[in-house]
Amino acid sequence: MLRIPCPWCGPRDETEFAYGSQAHIAYPVDPSTVDDAAWAAYLFFRDNPRGWFAERWMHRAGCQRWFNVIRHTVTYEIAASYPPGAAGPGADALSAAEAPIGHRA
Amino acid sequence: MTDWRITPRLPEHPDFLWAEAEPKASYDVVIVGAGGHGLATAYYLAKNHGITNVAVLERGWLAGGNMARNTTIIRSNYLWDESAAIYEHALALWEGLEAELDCEVAFSQRGVLNLAHSLGDVREGRRRVNANQLNGIDAQWLTPEEVQKIAPILNISSDVRYPVLGGTFQARAGIAKHDWVAWGYARAAHAMGVDLIQDCEVIGVLREGDRVVGVDTVRGPIRAAQVGLAAAGHSSVITAPLGLRLPLQSFPLQALVSELLEQVLDTVVMSNAVHVYVSQAHKGELVMGAGIDGYVGYGQRGSFPVIEHQMAAAIELFPIFARAHVLRTWGGIVDVSPDASPIVGLTPYDGLYVNCGWGTGGFKATPGIGWVFADTIANDRPHPLAAPFSLARFDSGVLIDEHGAAAVAH
Repeated sequence: MLRIPCPWCGPRDETEFAYGSQAHIAYPVDPSTVDDAAWAAYLFFRDNPRGWFAERWMHRAGCQRWFNVIRHTVTYEIAASYPPGAAGPGADALSAAEAPIGHRA
Repeated sequence: MTDWRITPRLPEHPDFLWAEAEPKASYDVVIVGAGGHGLATAYYLAKNHGITNVAVLERGWLAGGNMARNTTIIRSNYLWDESAAIYEHALALWEGLEAELDCEVAFSQRGVLNLAHSLGDVREGRRRVNANQLNGIDAQWLTPEEVQKIAPILNISSDVRYPVLGGTFQARAGIAKHDWVAWGYARAAHAMGVDLIQDCEVIGVLREGDRVVGVDTVRGPIRAAQVGLAAAGHSSVITAPLGLRLPLQSFPLQALVSELLEQVLDTVVMSNAVHVYVSQAHKGELVMGAGIDGYVGYGQRGSFPVIEHQMAAAIELFPIFARAHVLRTWGGIVDVSPDASPIVGLTPYDGLYVNCGWGTGGFKATPGIGWVFADTIANDRPHPLAAPFSLARFDSGVLIDEHGAAAVAH
């Protein structure tokens, strides 16, 4: 059971939350001009790292607000949570600090 | 062939299975992942195409990933033509597999029930039965009373939250003993000269320009004219250093077993709406699974609320299961694609082939995908059954949307 820190309500059990996959995916600025590959990348292609991952959660059984979490996909440790629009600590910085378990750098 | 439904015993081990090989400097073909798909691919490369200078590399132990963790359900009652074709191809191979491998795998065609609990389920089920029949796949629609004749311990009372309103039944579907399947393929592949190499994690892909020329492993580089990935939940980890993104998300999928019980259930029962699937293994354990965990992860363990939910569903369907005990639970890492269909075929790199995205349903495809993936590698073009499942479909938009259509949510 994850304990997920909602920026507004504090730490709650994972069963209170809905999952929103990778965070910080920008909607194409001018959708009518992007080609099929760029549109596919926006719709279907997400990072799938074995390590730190910035992802979106929504506090469904609480304040019903979306926010972002930095979570490790092997240990499930949560390093940070922050409101949408705020800059996170960045998954890249965390990856450098701790190599994913069981994976040679 | 043994009727495994009425023969509650396990097959005897063959006297000899396979010998562990030391990696050579180069091979014609390297397959990454010694699960069911990788082993079957190596077997058919040797058997159907005469390509025996092949290594199957495994980061852990042979068939210790999802091949050891699935619930062994085999069926071909998928909605869409492309899926029905590839799964039916697999089912036909399952029907001859024990003779093919000269090895018992306890393939038991005990049938699969897919229950309907709402008007939407009923409509979807009837539509799928019609689609299956048009594709020459055995399928029937059953009333609640007919469902109960097949599974007498099932509660068909209308006085429950999700009453059984009927179900689809595929009589040729069933289960097999997953370990025996892997060992059967391993033994047969080894006998034809394939090297099976455990403790050999792939940590990089060797390339020259746009051509892949081998893999880097924890035991050193291994060159290969062709590299086939059959690494399930870790596929995107392997391709990421190449800059090759795959439209996959890896999730834990859990399963569990009870203690050994007298035989009470001689078919497979799946329910999408309450989300549990259950069969009784040859030894007597109740084997249950449910949906994937709610968030991406590579930890081969699961989230307890998922188990709680599936047990609640199981006990509503089968009140007598309240007396059973959970003996052990585990998780495997499944790679889920955006349309819940696999990705099989060529990649932007010459010499690199992918077989991934099987999500929660890869076991049933084992013989079929081994056949198709071997053919794809041997001929450097997609096998006709694999062609619709190309990586390029996400650019073209020609998806094979089995989310919810495949008789169970993925």
